[in-house]
Amino acid sequence: MTVVVKNLKLALPPGGDRAYAVDDVSFELTAGKILCMVGESGSGKSMCAHALMGLLPDTVMAESGEILFEGKNLLALGPAEWLALRGRGIAMVFQEPMTALNPLMRIGEQIAEMFEAHDRLTPKERQQKALALIREVGLPDPERAVRAYPHQLSGGQRQRAMIAMALALEPAVLVADEPTTALDVTTQAQILKLIRDLQRRRKMAVMFITHDFGVVAEIADRVVVLQHGKVVEQGTADDVLRRAQHPYTRALLAAVPTLQPPQRAPLPDRSKAVEVIGLGKTYVSGGGWFRSERRVQAAKDVSFNIFRGETLGLVGESGSGKSSVARLVMRLIEPDAGTIRIGDVDLTRIGGKALREQRRRIQMVFQDPFASLNPRRKVGNIIIDGPIAHGVDPAAARKRAGELLSLVGLNTSAMERFPHEFSGGQRQRIGIARALALDPEILVADEAVSALDVSVQAQVLELLEDLKARLGLSMLFITHDLRVAAQICDRIAVMQHGAIVELKSASLLFAAPEHAYTRELLSAVPGQTASSKAA
Amino acid sequence: MISFIAQRIAKAIIVLLALVVMNFFLIRMAPGDPAVVMAGEAGAGDQLFIAQLREKFGLNQPLPVQLFLYVKGIVSLDLGFSFRQQMPVAKLILDRLPATLLLTGTAFAISLAFGILFGALAARFAGTWADTAITVAALIFYATPLFWVALMAILLFSVTMDWLPSFGYETVGAGYTGLAHVLDVAAHLILPATTIGLFFMATYARMTRASMLEVNRLDFVKTARAKGLSDAVIQRRHVLRNALLPVVTLAGLQAGTLVGGAVLTETVFAWPGIGRLMYEALLQRDYNLLLGVFVVCSAMVLAFNLITDLVYRSVDPRIEFAS
Repeated sequence: MTVVVKNLKLALPPGGDRAYAVDDVSFELTAGKILCMVGESGSGKSMCAHALMGLLPDTVMAESGEILFEGKNLLALGPAEWLALRGRGIAMVFQEPMTALNPLMRIGEQIAEMFEAHDRLTPKERQQKALALIREVGLPDPERAVRAYPHQLSGGQRQRAMIAMALALEPAVLVADEPTTALDVTTQAQILKLIRDLQRRRKMAVMFITHDFGVVAEIADRVVVLQHGKVVEQGTADDVLRRAQHPYTRALLAAVPTLQPPQRAPLPDRSKAVEVIGLGKTYVSGGGWFRSERRVQAAKDVSFNIFRGETLGLVGESGSGKSSVARLVMRLIEPDAGTIRIGDVDLTRIGGKALREQRRRIQMVFQDPFASLNPRRKVGNIIIDGPIAHGVDPAAARKRAGELLSLVGLNTSAMERFPHEFSGGQRQRIGIARALALDPEILVADEAVSALDVSVQAQVLELLEDLKARLGLSMLFITHDLRVAAQICDRIAVMQHGAIVELKSASLLFAAPEHAYTRELLSAVPGQTASSKAA
Repeated sequence: MISFIAQRIAKAIIVLLALVVMNFFLIRMAPGDPAVVMAGEAGAGDQLFIAQLREKFGLNQPLPVQLFLYVKGIVSLDLGFSFRQQMPVAKLILDRLPATLLLTGTAFAISLAFGILFGALAARFAGTWADTAITVAALIFYATPLFWVALMAILLFSVTMDWLPSFGYETVGAGYTGLAHVLDVAAHLILPATTIGLFFMATYARMTRASMLEVNRLDFVKTARAKGLSDAVIQRRHVLRNALLPVVTLAGLQAGTLVGGAVLTETVFAWPGIGRLMYEALLQRDYNLLLGVFVVCSAMVLAFNLITDLVYRSVDPRIEFAS
């Protein structure tokens, strides 16, 4: 055993919603094996990782238990011993490679710092070693990458650099805290493979934290399932994924959407709710008297219809232009070319008051339920703002707001509370109620469930489906998650570099993808081999 | 990079010309004919003299022609003539500029060095008595009017203790040369430079502290800790460098205004700089001189903005020069 965690208890400051962040948790990390720690947000999985690194927040205290590594109990280490251990014995890779790297330091310097911190090698050797590590993690053009600043690399390249840094001192243990969550699906597949390869080659013990069972199926040897700081189940990957004992594990597994689209009834109405023809948008940045401008084509001749009662999915990786298309359809940004029709109205030909009146017909649900609600306003006011702006009597608007809150499954008392008093899933319900307050015909959901835990995600998807049927809505559903798209969309458009490369019914798209890019996306979805085996 | 600087200088020149045009109209909005004002300054009020003045300065010509002549003068660094002082405005300003640059430069260096040092210390020991002491002291210096600090400093260090001279740039009539002269100027410099420095030091200290505490919460600081780096290295290399970005912005904005903004301090300490020149021009209604000072101060602000941009680009690689 490389690391043995025994009966670890991490106490939270008094007055929180629970006394222990991690409660009586025991697990072991073995050389050459990957342990996946799974759980929803707040389950304590990150706390376990930080305890291993001695990086717990000041307010969290290790109350009892022990973490044994190299014959020592880490919980009893002094500050100097921790400095010597961190990076050398146990190294860590973080979730968001953009913010986890110092933006003002070159990649090479940041890797070389690993050696410097532990007083190894000469400055010149450190640079050479950094270059060798960058080669090992497969960064393209290593000589350039050493001198690059983090912002000059892509998300996947940054994560490779982070991994190179963690590997520098050949640690026995690698702790990876959601290292692929912020990455696109094709990049995620590459990083998972890289971690797998390196761990085998170097015989490292890996603790891999994730909320994604697809990822678990892809790389785990052993799995620990955490709920509210307690281990509810642990065992081999095979046992946990296929023969889960605990109801919570089973519920989590059941909530993972599959890539098989369900049978959908044909649409009763073939009239068009939205018609988009030849939409074009090019962002021009920079440009001045002496410099050339930078052009990014966010939408290239994009055309599609959304029929009444239909959900059209827009899928693609970051930067493919899906969010730009959503904003164009709502005319939050101005298109360079093309026509957008909502029913009979051409949105591109109106402006001012006429446009403001039309805006109520198409409403948006945003990705981040924390950032999209004004933290200083009560939920009730957030919901009635729109209707009042459109001339609805405030008393009537409040009454309707109460009805909407019950419609999305919240108590009407929520009106008097502030957004921070709600969980992520509840906030997303508030965001949906806010969008519905204007009685729209079309909902635009931009990654509306991407920030949510899988069980909450399932509930919100169900709510959207239910509302769509009850209120006769059409929906433009933007997501990077093909599993989610499979579950909720009637038809799916795949976007790449601002253009739609394939558009067909969900069942056809998954059964017979035609475009090479669609096939690439589908094959990169993690955990397919395992789930198909399980099925 | 060269094209970036060229572009910025071109823009700065346009802004400066716009300011010059505004200055031109400003003097013509002042009550009375500029020629009458000038004749009054010269001590003569008869019509013939005024007509001669108009002829001499082209004031009998149509306004667009006058504007053209004025702008032409500025372009060739001719800022007009001060009748009060019987000297070209440009010469008056050039005579005073070194003293002001010495004063504000020193004050700026003091405020930046100590502001960042104290700010970093306060952040490092946030929540302790050291933090409280620095924060409170900074608040006091920030809130106290500059001229009052100046007067109190004179009372304490010059009048009561007699350590430092209370006014002027050098000891008049002493005729020091070489090192003695340098030390004499330095002794005169201490009080006014510290007075200005204290105020700006307070703003930099508060900003550095707030910025460092914010940066301390960022992910890459956790990465640095996970590497096993010591806290001192993390604070210096990772936190402070990132935290200085907003301080650079603020310092750049203030550096430009410092040149013209030392009016009060220069007046209290009788420092022979631009600020006092402006104050005197104002009292004496020396319009040409006043406008000349305005133009020079504007040019300084623009120059410092350009320098700030260059510094900012060199410390933050995310802002790239157009290639």
